Amino acid sequence: MAELKFMKPALKEKTTACCGPAQGALQEPGEMSGNTSLPPGKQGRPAWVTGTLTTEAGPISIVSTDLTMSDFWEHVKCRTSAFRNNYAVNPGLYAVGEPDKNSAVLISANYKLSFDALREALKGLHVWVLVLDTKGINVWCAAGKGTFGTDELIRSIFSTRLDSVVNHRKIIVPQLGAPGISAHQVRKSSGFTVCYGPVKAKDISRYISAGYKATKEMRTITFPLIDRLILTPMEINPAMKQYYPAYSLAMLAIFGLQPAGIYFREALVDGLPFLLLGLISVLAGGLITPALLPYIPFRSFAIKGWLTGTLLVIFSLKFTALFSQMNTVLLIFTYLFFPLASSYIALQFTGATTFTGMSGVRKELKIAIPLYIAGIVVSLVLLLVFKLGAWGLL
Amino acid sequence: MKYLSNVASLEFFPDRCVGCGICLEVCPHEVFALENKKAVILDRDRCMECGACAGNCAFGALNVDKGVGCAAAIINSLISGGEPSCDCSGESKKSDCC
Repeated sequence: MAELKFMKPALKEKTTACCGPAQGALQEPGEMSGNTSLPPGKQGRPAWVTGTLTTEAGPISIVSTDLTMSDFWEHVKCRTSAFRNNYAVNPGLYAVGEPDKNSAVLISANYKLSFDALREALKGLHVWVLVLDTKGINVWCAAGKGTFGTDELIRSIFSTRLDSVVNHRKIIVPQLGAPGISAHQVRKSSGFTVCYGPVKAKDISRYISAGYKATKEMRTITFPLIDRLILTPMEINPAMKQYYPAYSLAMLAIFGLQPAGIYFREALVDGLPFLLLGLISVLAGGLITPALLPYIPFRSFAIKGWLTGTLLVIFSLKFTALFSQMNTVLLIFTYLFFPLASSYIALQFTGATTFTGMSGVRKELKIAIPLYIAGIVVSLVLLLVFKLGAWGLL
Repeated sequence: MKYLSNVASLEFFPDRCVGCGICLEVCPHEVFALENKKAVILDRDRCMECGACAGNCAFGALNVDKGVGCAAAIINSLISGGEPSCDCSGESKKSDCC
């Protein structure tokens, strides 16, 4: 019976999609508590668990600080897959090295990428890692949602009996977890003092050896090119999956549609340039705008995306033969529709950045959404005008 | 990199500030500094409204309309009602998060 109960959470986790689902109450608060003392072998021990440590609070899994090829492969999938929650770690207390009652306690999220970044940064250290149940979401996002939060932290401190594992009363919480945590409330309820660690896991060793002190650099988040690029697949994938197939079909249908029926030759020959322009606007908004983010003028993402889109459309029309004989109505449509599509896709990237706030995005949307809608309406009218003209009805 | 200016909802009440400095510690964008044993806002436009400072100020000296700066989340909330959150998994609106 007990076995069955332990299995339950793991099974549920598997079916949960990215970003943890609206069904936040999927797991009853108490339900996961059994998980923490469960030897991971019961569910097929993960490759990164190297042994077990016996403590007053029960057996604790020792985790490796070396990442393997299979870890890296999972990271690639984490970065590109829509079902990130398949890459969750069982919440609970873990040991790194040979920690004792005086060793530091680090708090992490149960997203595989977060956990792996942390354990890799802990090479040579002897510490405890308390993994909160953030439904497989990284620290910062989970803190924004509150799953990496005061309540979950306090609950985990009690359910793992942390007070019997260590003698001191200090826990290191990643700084990016701070939006979900009230340090003073954690202290009041659990007796543990929250010390905010550095933004990046790689600085944790220096932070600990400096006596829990972070430099200004360790406290500040940046958004360099590599970080921006690594997040672009999550913008390009949805655009290609959700909008592009429907858009392509619509364009082929529009160009193939003749009074006598649908002609495939017309659909392909006349429609193809527009399918390419669609791809170009996805690239403009989803890849080029994020990559060149600091260098594109204006702070608004909608304007940045529109500028990039416009430049790419001009470039494509000028330097490729595909669009040499463009009808004026279609030309207006092209300059109207594709930059707007790029703008919309670029605006989505606000969700990936480290510096955009809600008030700003709201302001952008307030202006941009009516423009997008108007743009689509005018675009449809232009296509209609083109078709009527082509059929000799105008 | 900075986002739009004059939009952040961050409010600071200096009379409640005891100068503990936790806001400097949790802010990932160096919005605050400590001057004469009190916090000061260095640059409000750098604030991304994550809410870390307000949530960790035990003296209620900070207030911010905390939320996600994510277009998909806000569009979803406009359509379905409710607060914008990173729940992009519900609909296939966007498989990305935060």
